[in-house]
Amino acid sequence: MASEARPAPLAHHFDDYDQQRESATLGMWLFLAQEVMFFGGLFLAYTVYRWKYPAFFALGSNQLDVPLGLANTIVLIGSSLTMVLAVRAAQLGKARQIAGWIGATMALGTGFLVVKGFEYHHKWVHHLIPGAGFHIEGTTDPAAQTFFVLYFCMTGLHALHMIVGLGLLAFLVPKALRGDFSAENHNWVEGVGLYWHFVDVIWIFLFPLLYLLGRHHA
Amino acid sequence: MTAPATAAPNALPSYLEAAHGPKSWLLTRDHKRIGILYLVAISVFFVLGGLMAVLIRAELATPQGDMFSSDVYNRLFTMHGILMIFFFLIPSIPAVLGNFLLPVMIGAKDLAFPKLNLTSWYLYMIGGLMTFGSLLTGGIDTGWTFYTPMSTTFAQGQVLVTAVGIFVAGFSSILTGLNFIVTIHRMRAPGMTWFRLPLFVWAHYATSIIQILGTPVVAIAILLVGAERLFHIGVFDPKYGGDPLLFQHLFWFYSHPAVYIMILPAMGVMSELVTAFSRKRVFGYHFVAFSSLFIAVIGFLVWGHHMYVSGQSVVAGAIFSFLTMLVAIPSAVKVFNWTATLYKGSISLQTPMLYALGFIGVFLIGGLTGVMLGTLGIDIHVHDTYFIVAHFHYVMVGSAIMGYLGGLHFWWPKITGRMYDEFWSKVGALLIFVGFNTTFFPQFILGYLGMPRRYHMYPAEFQTWNVLSSAGATILGVGYLIPVIYLLWSLKFGAKAPANPWGAKGLEWQTASPPPVENFATPPVVTEEAYAYETSAPAKEVTVGV
Amino acid sequence: MSTVHVTPVRTYLLVFFALMALTFLTVGVAHVNIAHHLPGQVTDAINDAVAMAIAVTKATLVVLFFMHVWHSARLNKIVVWASLFFILILFAFSLADYFSRGWLGVPGK
Repeated sequence: MASEARPAPLAHHFDDYDQQRESATLGMWLFLAQEVMFFGGLFLAYTVYRWKYPAFFALGSNQLDVPLGLANTIVLIGSSLTMVLAVRAAQLGKARQIAGWIGATMALGTGFLVVKGFEYHHKWVHHLIPGAGFHIEGTTDPAAQTFFVLYFCMTGLHALHMIVGLGLLAFLVPKALRGDFSAENHNWVEGVGLYWHFVDVIWIFLFPLLYLLGRHHA
Repeated sequence: MTAPATAAPNALPSYLEAAHGPKSWLLTRDHKRIGILYLVAISVFFVLGGLMAVLIRAELATPQGDMFSSDVYNRLFTMHGILMIFFFLIPSIPAVLGNFLLPVMIGAKDLAFPKLNLTSWYLYMIGGLMTFGSLLTGGIDTGWTFYTPMSTTFAQGQVLVTAVGIFVAGFSSILTGLNFIVTIHRMRAPGMTWFRLPLFVWAHYATSIIQILGTPVVAIAILLVGAERLFHIGVFDPKYGGDPLLFQHLFWFYSHPAVYIMILPAMGVMSELVTAFSRKRVFGYHFVAFSSLFIAVIGFLVWGHHMYVSGQSVVAGAIFSFLTMLVAIPSAVKVFNWTATLYKGSISLQTPMLYALGFIGVFLIGGLTGVMLGTLGIDIHVHDTYFIVAHFHYVMVGSAIMGYLGGLHFWWPKITGRMYDEFWSKVGALLIFVGFNTTFFPQFILGYLGMPRRYHMYPAEFQTWNVLSSAGATILGVGYLIPVIYLLWSLKFGAKAPANPWGAKGLEWQTASPPPVENFATPPVVTEEAYAYETSAPAKEVTVGV
Repeated sequence: MSTVHVTPVRTYLLVFFALMALTFLTVGVAHVNIAHHLPGQVTDAINDAVAMAIAVTKATLVVLFFMHVWHSARLNKIVVWASLFFILILFAFSLADYFSRGWLGVPGK
């Protein structure tokens, strides 16, 4: 059990806390770099297919609920704020605050996923799931499904990342309450924070690309 | 002179003696033990992939498709490619030699993230077991390239399982690369500046960049193939507005740089072998170091040369063709520099050096034929023929595997603390070189004459070259078997290795063979350049405008 | 022990409100046909360009301040730039294929 006088343990292969912290941060940034490439492939697919089928993409986008998307965007950016405040609390060595802000982040993140669940259900009810049962007002061209293939792949992958993020946050809470994080060693909080912000950045792009197409012609 | 590591004989137990039992291996955080775990695993996959190759060459000894049906033959070459590329070649040098040596070469106690390193091995094993499971239930017939719509719509067999297996193994690769980059940046010993690093380290740095930035793109490509197959959606299906070529762009964006994942580490080994066995500083250290980075970056700009005849635009094809010429330049720079290092060196033809010299020869052929294939006009004619097969086997088997074997032999005393038998190792090296060239050179001729790849039957006029190739494969197979025998034998009966059996420079040779758990008795401080060999004859300064 | 830069809460709140404002802005602008309001013949894609510019601005704010890149080691900044560079390569060369199909009037290309 860490007391105020005893710093959190330094891993045996590191020389000092600075080296450990800088290594952890660099490692997480490299991981995020590969995440950029991972999502990037989907963004490429989006770009190619939107360039090929602009009308179908606008048609598909108009099926999405902008107020819900806006609400989710606000919720997710809010969760980024609570997350960075959790990291700040860790930098200042305030154990209880860390847990509190992480809890807030988890609540907001869960709210996002609940709304997403409603949206997915709506698509199911309106036959907008790609596949045999797909049907959309305005065209019978099978290429119209492309928008929804990308919608589900991109938001689905994003949601998967959020679920993993929630799992990581849950893992952090008992550690925070136990006092495992100190000002010198809170790399876990910092790392999960970077991951969470990255997931937010992806949504920042998904929102306009999926929800706001063709609205200026309405 | 580096600060000598205390060599008191009873000072520290080696990493092999420090703990015993299965848990000490399966739950280890020691990068050296993890390197051994990979060594065992990739060797098993090499044997499996090799078995596929034996069956393929047996079938191809006769023009008729009489041993296997077309479908079974398709599965054979597919599984051969998948096992060899994803589960042998890509991990080979980085995960075995890189894992073991990188921390020692820079004077660190371990990699930056030891637990992540073990996780990488488990991810590799999970992916490998899934693919092995797929193999046991018939494998897949799509070719290792998974082209759509074959892989998404028409292929029978375990596409999903294999795809997921490769996906999981890909994360092993990404995390290893991540670990290496952080280690090299943050954990070098005092005095180990960037330009004192062994070129083996530079090579692995460049490789790690590719692993981190390239692998996720093939991961998403595979994920989309799986999604299309599982959910019957049309990501790449023209019926639903999809484009099969999009898959190829995503696939080759990784799979071209992937070949540099396979060759760069071997080139890193080469720099170590050529300097040690000519007892000479490398010629043009900076050129070799930076050429690794150039290969890594430019290697990302050329993937379309795999797609010249797939439907890609001619304009894009021309751009990719031009850039492909560029990527050959840093590779050539390395060959020139190694050759210049050999010149007036004090050469000793130990087994690792035999592999190194063999590498230069086969890489020359493999690399030059690569330039030929990068040329748009030539590739139109030889694409999907045995010319391609010969080219990539020259670079992947001839060069990369010879680099791996050269490195394995060079560092075997360090890793195991034992010397192997020099006579039999030379026999093995010779048989591998002869067997390899006999197997694959005729395939250039076959391809040029028009024999297509991935066919198990062919016109009778191609038989002579095919028989020659299959005969070579037999020699090659025997050649590969010999090291297995004497290396395993050496573990029990080989002479105990001293700390520096080759008299080579490098921090790894300053510590015991095998090293203690945290690599050094006292943390080293570096004060000299890499490859600081003193030559016996007074050096005649030859400045060639560098 | 080097000191880690601790950002004041005020900075985080400012960034948060900027992000909120930009979010509302992007929704509002999405409903305006910008091309109509500009003199001359402007491509319809200008709406897309504005939306992406706003998204990039938001992302930059998150990266610089929430992810601490502004005060981070230079190497972390290099990693960020590198990932952008390589995603650009993926896009540029793939789209070069798609955009140039049919340029040379060669059958099938």
